[in-house]
Amino acid sequence: MSQNLALKARSAGTDATAAEATAVDAAASTETTTATMAARPARSKGTGGIVRAAWSRALPIVAALLGIIAVWYAVSYLLLSESRRFLLPPPHQVLAETIGNDKIIGPMIAALGQTITVALIGLAIAVVIGMGWAIVMSQWTMAEKILYPYAVILQTIPILALTPLIGIWMGYGLPARIVVCVIIAVFPMISNTLFGLQSATPAAHDLFTLQKATKWQRMTKLMLPAAIPSIFTGLRQSAGLAVIGAIVGDFFFQQGSQGIGGLLRTYTLRLNMEPLFLAIIFTALFGVIVFSIFAALDRVVVGRLFGVATR
Amino acid sequence: MSTVAATTPTTMPTATTSAPTVDATVEPTLAFHDVAKVFATGTRALEDVSIDVRPGEFVSVVGPSGCGKSTLLRLAAGLDAATEGDIDVRADTTSFVFQEATLLEWRTAQRNVELVGELAGVGAAERRRRAAETLELVGLKGFENQHPRALSGGMRMRVSIARALVAEPQLALFDEPFGALDEITRLKMQTELQRLFQLKGFAAMFITHSISEAVYLSSRVLVMSGRPGRIVDDIELPWSYPRSPELRYEPEFGRIVGHLSHALEAHS
Repeated sequence: MSQNLALKARSAGTDATAAEATAVDAAASTETTTATMAARPARSKGTGGIVRAAWSRALPIVAALLGIIAVWYAVSYLLLSESRRFLLPPPHQVLAETIGNDKIIGPMIAALGQTITVALIGLAIAVVIGMGWAIVMSQWTMAEKILYPYAVILQTIPILALTPLIGIWMGYGLPARIVVCVIIAVFPMISNTLFGLQSATPAAHDLFTLQKATKWQRMTKLMLPAAIPSIFTGLRQSAGLAVIGAIVGDFFFQQGSQGIGGLLRTYTLRLNMEPLFLAIIFTALFGVIVFSIFAALDRVVVGRLFGVATR
Repeated sequence: MSTVAATTPTTMPTATTSAPTVDATVEPTLAFHDVAKVFATGTRALEDVSIDVRPGEFVSVVGPSGCGKSTLLRLAAGLDAATEGDIDVRADTTSFVFQEATLLEWRTAQRNVELVGELAGVGAAERRRRAAETLELVGLKGFENQHPRALSGGMRMRVSIARALVAEPQLALFDEPFGALDEITRLKMQTELQRLFQLKGFAAMFITHSISEAVYLSSRVLVMSGRPGRIVDDIELPWSYPRSPELRYEPEFGRIVGHLSHALEAHS
């Protein structure tokens, strides 16, 4: 009798569990739905929402810039005596003596344009070479064993030692500068793409094996899509390095038309402090803008592809 | 639990009440003949394994961890080759459900299920229709356009099962598919899988470390010993499908779970 009762109690317990299970699953579904619904209005708010999102992202950067300007003024006026103020002229003086001066601003814009060209072409080449290199390495273990050391050599080679040699061999025009830029920028593309291509789980590879997928299908439907987040990380890093690479090339190759790096050196040698600071500001802005563009691209593409914004 | 175990008889009764009807004369969908597997490292994973899985059978394999259960399944799927013995598969389509849902994170639920047709060269309209149907079958209607990241663990596993069933397999292999789920979701998924098994009529081989899961789902349960894995017990279960969740609380159920636990302990 008591056993019977216990059994009944047990089956009542089961009912409760089953009901609970339904409730939990329902809760899970509503959770998902609310998550989606929460995401949708933000998107449908349109430009207003986007502007607000952009502002909230830009705010820390603006604050950082203001901080730099504040410190700059402080050093200029509080730390340096008037006779030594030329070492760090205050920001307004830098702008006043350069922006309005056609003899300075004209050549500087031209030089900046050339450096940007070198950096962008160098980045494009680095991306193609880097991804191709990584794809080849991902296909054959042997290729990885043979090719990876070269990538490491490229990365560890002291570029400052190599750059003059490239100048001697190739002259001092744009091709030589682009080569320097590529050598500096290519490694993150190689290593990040390779890491991404190898990030698909063994089970996912088994899935493709079971479906008798071709090598091409495995690459285009599994390995490359899986690599996209890493490829964007590589792009961001390479873009920053491409800017540095272009400036390093300029810096070494004084012969031929001057890039912004060349101007930096000239101003330094002549102690032309105001134009020097403007050139530094331009190069810094250029780097920040390139980095920001790729970071934004990363968020948009990866966020859309993977459904949920995770960065 | 302990009282049940105490009354466990040494021999199991043969199927009495409405046992699942499996015709022993039908050619098995999956057959292992004296299979052994030795890894390159020298580890003997499996020894003397002979198993038949016939159409309409749901065969579970339980065993201590590291006994080669998963190896067994990889051999059946052709992902790995046996060192000795033969494996015969009489199925046009074999599908595999992994331990993790193993979804492609960049594809929606719908497109994850469509992948199977894509790789096989099925036309776009056809594979779209079939994927949508199968997702509805596993209870995911309305979630087709969600990415895996937006889905719960149970829902991800449902997508994974839909992907396995979309090609109408004759043989379905399951590698501890519910191991990572919480208990409540797990029980629900067991009921669901049983319904799909009944509906689709595939032959199933199911690896699990949960004895009660094996007993609840299967028409037969095999017990494997510790490494090298051998089949040390083979029990036919006396219940037909569909099985109510209440079955888990029947004394007979407890008795069989107890018997299997003993067999497992004795051979691990």
